[in-house]
Amino acid sequence: MDSETATISADGHGGHPAPTSFWRKYIFSVDHKVIGIQFLFTSLFFALIGGALAMLIRTQLAWPFREVPGFFPTSGGVMLPEAYIAMVTMHGTIMIFFVIIPILSGAFGNFLIPLMVGARDMAFPRLNMYSYWIMVPAFLVMLAAFFVEGGTAAAGWTSYPPLSALADMVPGSGMGQTLWIVSLLLVGTSSLMGAINYITTIVLMRAKGLTTFRLPLTIWALFITAILVLLATPVLTSALILLLLDRGMGTHFFLPDGGGNPILWQHLFWFYSHPAVYIMILPAMGITSDVISTFARKPLFGYRPMVYSIMAIAGLGFIVWGHHMFVSGMSPVLGVTFMTSTMMIALPSAIKTFNWLGTLWGGNIHFTSAMLNAIAFVAMFIIGGLTGVFAAATPVDIFIHDTHWIVGHIHYVLFGGSLFGVFAGLYYWFPKMFGRMMDERLGKIHFALTFITFNLVFFPMFILGASGMPRRLADPYQYEFLAPLQGLNQFMTYSAFVLFLSQLILIGNFAWSLFRGRQAAANPWQANTLEWATTSPPPHDNFETIPVVYRGAYEYASPLIAEDYLPQHRWLDGATPTTVPQPAGD
Amino acid sequence: MTVESISTFGNEVDSLFLIILIVTGFAFVLTEGLLIYFLIRYRHRDGSKARYIHGNRQVEILWTLVPGLMLFGLAIYQTGAWQLIRQILPAESEALVIAVEARQFEWHPTYPGADGRLGTDDDIEAPINVIQVPVNRKVIVRLSADDVLHSFFVPALRVKQDAVPGRPISLWFEATKVGQYEIACTELCGLGHYRMRAFLTVAEPADFEAWLAEIEAR
Repeated sequence: MDSETATISADGHGGHPAPTSFWRKYIFSVDHKVIGIQFLFTSLFFALIGGALAMLIRTQLAWPFREVPGFFPTSGGVMLPEAYIAMVTMHGTIMIFFVIIPILSGAFGNFLIPLMVGARDMAFPRLNMYSYWIMVPAFLVMLAAFFVEGGTAAAGWTSYPPLSALADMVPGSGMGQTLWIVSLLLVGTSSLMGAINYITTIVLMRAKGLTTFRLPLTIWALFITAILVLLATPVLTSALILLLLDRGMGTHFFLPDGGGNPILWQHLFWFYSHPAVYIMILPAMGITSDVISTFARKPLFGYRPMVYSIMAIAGLGFIVWGHHMFVSGMSPVLGVTFMTSTMMIALPSAIKTFNWLGTLWGGNIHFTSAMLNAIAFVAMFIIGGLTGVFAAATPVDIFIHDTHWIVGHIHYVLFGGSLFGVFAGLYYWFPKMFGRMMDERLGKIHFALTFITFNLVFFPMFILGASGMPRRLADPYQYEFLAPLQGLNQFMTYSAFVLFLSQLILIGNFAWSLFRGRQAAANPWQANTLEWATTSPPPHDNFETIPVVYRGAYEYASPLIAEDYLPQHRWLDGATPTTVPQPAGD
Repeated sequence: MTVESISTFGNEVDSLFLIILIVTGFAFVLTEGLLIYFLIRYRHRDGSKARYIHGNRQVEILWTLVPGLMLFGLAIYQTGAWQLIRQILPAESEALVIAVEARQFEWHPTYPGADGRLGTDDDIEAPINVIQVPVNRKVIVRLSADDVLHSFFVPALRVKQDAVPGRPISLWFEATKVGQYEIACTELCGLGHYRMRAFLTVAEPADFEAWLAEIEAR
């Protein structure tokens, strides 16, 4: 799209008047910034719950069936097997659907998109409000499942039928499983509302001069993520409804007794959930790219290859789902095609990694808390990506499938990758969100502790996986071949406790900085993108006047000026939004 | 992999693991090494300015083609092992064919009787959770599930296959070493999932026949 059409509503959308009442301003707000912060707080709250569940899982894996003081009152403090698989199920479900997806798309997407494209709000502010408020019943329904008879769903976050379809197969397969389905239906609806809004806003509401290839990578990533959400989520929604019908209405979509097929669920589920892995990593890749370029004080290396690799990941992401099903009973011939497409999807990720390295090469690197976390993203994503190659290799996957190798791999991608990306984004945009700076010293201590203990918890999982330790076992050590692994598991559990406690530093820093942090300038990091062109925090309608964009987002160290940054909206002699030549190689 | 391999195709899996470990190990050392080097070499110094470079077409092509070809090569290379393990079953005439049914939370093996065929009246139902096979003979397992999904994992054989209700699935192996090995369920199947444990006994052919005769007599 050229810059002409991009200007349609940049100024025309005056949006809505600033609300005056408390309810309209902070609770039922249509302001994308408030909605973003609402998503941020709720997903951080759920991160604590998900983290606490992880601690219980780790406790069980270190000392199976030992009393946990203060927990599980009905069984004398002992985590029974049904409780263990419920913990595993809820940890995965909460971390994926209530933490990583909403914090990346919901919090950062909402807060950043209008600011970074130079718009006064989202295209559909009211729909945006609904997209948050439909999450609230989803939260409540999922939490309510902890208190119903039989407890929460316990069929794994993947909820494979028949286990999840037949109420008498596992205690949590009663009411808890129904609530799980209902909650995810609500989450999916919220995601769709958000996706439509993000796509429309990015396509139609960019400021004058902000052509698509001047967009920062955070916006590119959120844009393509929204397309993934739009195309993949309806498939999950359909599958959930079919499962609900199987459970309550006597249908047999996934039940063999009436001619159904349990493997059908796996196809439908992974058709959504594999793209969902990219929904959970692409925005973090975008954030990482922006943070690295800003603090290396250097233009992003290979901007267009970076954009194209996001597109390639998203496109290929739709044809690799079968790699979750190599041993499921799916035709082995299909296994070959899914193995090949999966090997190929490693390529755009490799290209991104090389371009991040290229950005650091020749840079002038400032080690802020945000930068440290972005670097950790790259370092950990490499491990997450490379360990995926083993799982993609069908013969090797036969052995490591459903072992802790996979658990390690997914955590290197989603914690080592996504969550470090979230931390980077949090330290980077906190000043813009709240008008105050976070404490850098606490930020670095938090980073160091998190980075070290993260690796101590998750790297050994590859050893466990290569030793054949299956996941989701309430007591692995009754197997002779797994008994020698208990010591290593105890070490991992101690490390996990420190990892969890280290997050208190982040919470403390966050809370303290919210009220006591140093006042933030409009552009404290001397960055180039449009959100830094307005005050911190921005006014209700974001910009006093909508900025005009003259160049791409990564003009650091430009020879045209003395400073080492050149904001997108800064006018230089002779510049116009369309005639400024793009720098070579852009 | 730390579990001893005792199947004819186990080494295929293990050597592929090793090859991928070498390739990814090289990529790991290269990328992480460069990352650390750049972080030290290009750390902030007062008065310095970063290079004003937006990219380089040649290196983009280089670092697209090289990993692309390596990944594609890996993909092609492993199809042989996959074909051997999963795509082509041995002929039933040259193999021992047994049935294993998974149920919450136990494994039920069935052996063919004197007619050598499963699904006939003289089938022999063996005790649960013990699957005995003769050494150095191809075995085809017809795996099925009665209630929910299970997964038949024999680490020492490098065998894992989901058992799916309503859809029997055949797998094969040939064990090369006499002994007793553990079988684990690796698909979450309910609260007893963690104790759905069984044993694979690999026996000398004569011992196997004796065992089978003893069961049949019972």
